[in-house]
Amino acid sequence: MYQKTIAEQSQALASGEISSVELTQSYLDRIKQLDGDINSFITVTEELALSQAKAADERRASGNADAMTGIPVAHKDLFCTDGVKTSCGSKMLDNFIAPYESTVTSKFKDAGAVMLGKTNMDEFAMGSSNENSHYGPVKNPWDKAAIPGGSSGGSAAAVAARLAAGATGTDTGGSIRQPASHCGITGIKPTYGRVSRYGMIAYASSLDQAGPMTRTAEDAAIMLNTMAGFDERDSTCLNREVPDYTATLNDSLEGLTIGLPTEYFASGLDSDVEQQIRNAIAEYEKLGAKVKEVSLPNAKLCIPAYYVIAPAEASSNLSRFDGVRFGYRCEDPKDLMDLYIRSRSEGFGEEVKRRIIVGTYALSAGFYDAYYRKAQQIRRLIRDDFLNAFKECDVIMGPNAPTSAFDIGSLNNDPVAMYLSDIYTLSVNLAGLPGMSIPAGMANNRPVGLQVIGQHFDEARLLNIGHRFQQATDWHTLTPALV
Amino acid sequence: MAIDASEVQKVAHLARLSISDDAVDATTTTISSILELVDQMQAVDTQNVEPLANPLDATQRLRADVVSEDNQREKLQSCAPAVEDGLFLVPRVIE
Amino acid sequence: MQWETVIGLEIHVQLATKTKIFSGASTAFGAEPNTQACAVDLGLPGILPVVNEEAINMAIKFGLGIDAEINKVNVFERKNYFYPDLPKGYQTTQLEKPIVGAGHVDITLADGSTKSIRIHHAHLEEDAGKSLHEDFHGMSGIDLNRAGTPLIEIVTEPDIRSSEEAVAFAKKLHSIVTTLGICDGEMSQGSMRFDVNVSVRPKGQEELGTRTETKNLNSFKFMEAAIHKEVERQIDVLEDGGKITQETRLYNGDTGEARSMRSKEEANDYRYFPCPDLLPVVIDDSRLEKLKADMPEMPDAKKARFIANFGLNDYDAEILSGDQATAHYFEASVAVSQDAKLSANWVMGELSRSLNQSSIGISASPVTAEMLGGLIQRIKDNTISGKIAKEVFEALWNGEGTSADDVIEKKGLKQVTDTGAIETMIDEVLAANAQQVDNYRAAPEDKRGKMIGFFVGKCMQASKGKANPGMVNQILKQKLDG
Repeated sequence: MYQKTIAEQSQALASGEISSVELTQSYLDRIKQLDGDINSFITVTEELALSQAKAADERRASGNADAMTGIPVAHKDLFCTDGVKTSCGSKMLDNFIAPYESTVTSKFKDAGAVMLGKTNMDEFAMGSSNENSHYGPVKNPWDKAAIPGGSSGGSAAAVAARLAAGATGTDTGGSIRQPASHCGITGIKPTYGRVSRYGMIAYASSLDQAGPMTRTAEDAAIMLNTMAGFDERDSTCLNREVPDYTATLNDSLEGLTIGLPTEYFASGLDSDVEQQIRNAIAEYEKLGAKVKEVSLPNAKLCIPAYYVIAPAEASSNLSRFDGVRFGYRCEDPKDLMDLYIRSRSEGFGEEVKRRIIVGTYALSAGFYDAYYRKAQQIRRLIRDDFLNAFKECDVIMGPNAPTSAFDIGSLNNDPVAMYLSDIYTLSVNLAGLPGMSIPAGMANNRPVGLQVIGQHFDEARLLNIGHRFQQATDWHTLTPALV
Repeated sequence: MAIDASEVQKVAHLARLSISDDAVDATTTTISSILELVDQMQAVDTQNVEPLANPLDATQRLRADVVSEDNQREKLQSCAPAVEDGLFLVPRVIE
Repeated sequence: MQWETVIGLEIHVQLATKTKIFSGASTAFGAEPNTQACAVDLGLPGILPVVNEEAINMAIKFGLGIDAEINKVNVFERKNYFYPDLPKGYQTTQLEKPIVGAGHVDITLADGSTKSIRIHHAHLEEDAGKSLHEDFHGMSGIDLNRAGTPLIEIVTEPDIRSSEEAVAFAKKLHSIVTTLGICDGEMSQGSMRFDVNVSVRPKGQEELGTRTETKNLNSFKFMEAAIHKEVERQIDVLEDGGKITQETRLYNGDTGEARSMRSKEEANDYRYFPCPDLLPVVIDDSRLEKLKADMPEMPDAKKARFIANFGLNDYDAEILSGDQATAHYFEASVAVSQDAKLSANWVMGELSRSLNQSSIGISASPVTAEMLGGLIQRIKDNTISGKIAKEVFEALWNGEGTSADDVIEKKGLKQVTDTGAIETMIDEVLAANAQQVDNYRAAPEDKRGKMIGFFVGKCMQASKGKANPGMVNQILKQKLDG
């Protein structure tokens, strides 16, 4: 049953073929069996999961189930979950039992979904390899020598290894799409403001957005139906009607215009990866789409702009971790300054401290205009590039990352090299656009994902595009050997 | 813009972080290489470009002035490192 | 050398909203520690702010009340620094695009002339919590109930030249914000707090001297004393050939002592940037028009009306229009008394004295405006004398009656105006003081005016104050001179 998608499991639950308690237990057993090695979970909430499963079965029996009722999912460990440890992958929050529930996780609760546990991640969502976790790196289920991608690496690995039917992730600069790509699953980052950020521990507020990570586009549509929508507790969450994302999955792609940015196929892209992407695009042509070259002239600037804006916002967002009201506090502080400095220096990991320093520098007196303001200006150029490109095409396609998953330990001493690998994903966050990764082949025996970028609020279109591809191909059905 | 070790220390202090003496050089090198990366921006002419804070140019929604939060002190302080008489305790604050 | 003082003020005014600026927690004063600090106020991981509409409205009203430009697009920024009473490690405030632009507040000087103090801008921000320094085993305790209370910070130009002007300005500002109903004006609860920037320069010099800032003064008295002290200190330093250091100072109102603060702390670098959790606040015309239509009469307009309609002098009008409650009380009493001058005298005299003695606000006065109006009516129609009126007032103050008429009736204080009764009484007084009568009649005309006072006093005494003094005077004269 764990091999089935959410859509199939939902049907099996509805038909009485299986109960949520049985389904949940089968995932809990798999986690026990396999996750010691993969390390995709930080916390497994076994008791809670089984009680939620029981409640879901009762709800189904009483006839008011929805598609997610009884489906076992995992949440990235930066969604606050009331009464459950919420660590954000950091020593800073190793002792933090959240006293309230995030909007996203409460929507899953309300839908009757089962929470299996909280997934591993790069500390405070800062990283592209999941090596920056206080709880150790996550291994890629396809090849345990490889990184699963980051920062939602735990969620991606859990779904790929069939340790959860689906998982939530968050994407600030590619943190859903890149690990989805590296783990051979489907992931979508919605338009900025589509999903509430309330209760999601912030990395970079103007870029963070939560989305589903699943095996198929259809499953992503089912999960997004639960996640999306207005929340009065988030000022940046937009009050705009949420369509039924499953309703348009089968729409025809006849006449769809796909834009291929020249900048996304330039030097630096691994040739095997490029081949898989081009094959996927050829598949779309068979499905009736037209292909057109477009240009995003400022594409390259996404790296400098992002690595100023995100650390700057992060430096401020992470100031609240001061050892006073929650989280890690150093032993025997000798005075207030000592409390601050040691709590923060001992509680944060290296990459987090690095980004706080860069961000603090970028905002400090005399540098604001040259860094933060400049980056926000470039952000406008990057967004406008997309708006212009979308005058000529409906969606944009390209790779998620220059290579398939690299080896654990190969880049983590070279932050700049790591940052450069985010080249294809960062602009989507800067422009606030929806972006999706779907499995599209293998390179180096590791999965390759196709990135599909839509116009603001075009999630339904992206999921439709993903679903039609998955009807025509079987990359999404490939399973890692260990499964 | 190059940055030297003392500046890195100063910025770290502003962020209430300390860098141990034996890590200062390595940290300075890394931060410098990151700044070098982001300095690519400086070549771009952005003279008449308005900074973009929100990609959708959205504006602030306002909340009605109605009390919606009741007293949750016990629960909210359950994760606090040091509390007494309902107060969060910190090393003595000197003004 | 002759020195000139230059003062600029920054005033934090707590807005009288029911909830915090960014959360739905109550702002009520005096709750148990941290019982009004919700997840948002504590800055828990993952929380987000949403702007309170009433805080925006109140800030706009303030802008309208001081003839200021309202910035139709205003932006919240983060001011980053670490302090235990600042839960998020930043204060959400406004810098580049504050809600209220330049305006002015006019004050009346001692010589009766008017001076306009320019307001540079006013911005919205959140208040911090409080550090309590009682000894918790050598630790401080943090109460975050106040964290997130909406403030407007009002920044003046350095237009003020003395502590007296500063106090006049502060009182005027108090009057404006209470009239607008955007602040409860309770200084003792910290609802208005003043930061005072002071410098001195040789008279005639254009260039400003180095200034110091004395923070967090929460009474007019303390502010006046702190300015005095700082001006003296600066002049002493300069006259001794020293230099003023730009610094933040603390003034202790209880001890009257002042000292430098944070001198060893490094220069602050607040790293302001637009708050990415909030979006630009756009004020549309319909909101502005509605608020304009709802504006109350401002103190300056009220004062002018008091002068024009009630014939009050400038001084009385200034005081009676000074705060909303006093003005309201005064007008309500005039409505009954039909005598503005007498109402003014009583409000500023007997009533004000009693309120001060009991330390209560005018709106809590046991003698209501209607009672006072009724009392004044009885003075005017000669039912009671001014002296008896004070007795009636006291009785009303002590709750011994529901109205002046009620007290007069109960205590039998009605004035005697019966000519026959007064004549009989006067005859008795004259008979009992024959010697004084002879003296009077022997005295020259110009001395008699003074001497008659003796007989009036005796008569009033005999009538227990109830005889109409005018009639007593007149009949006495007839009898003595006759």
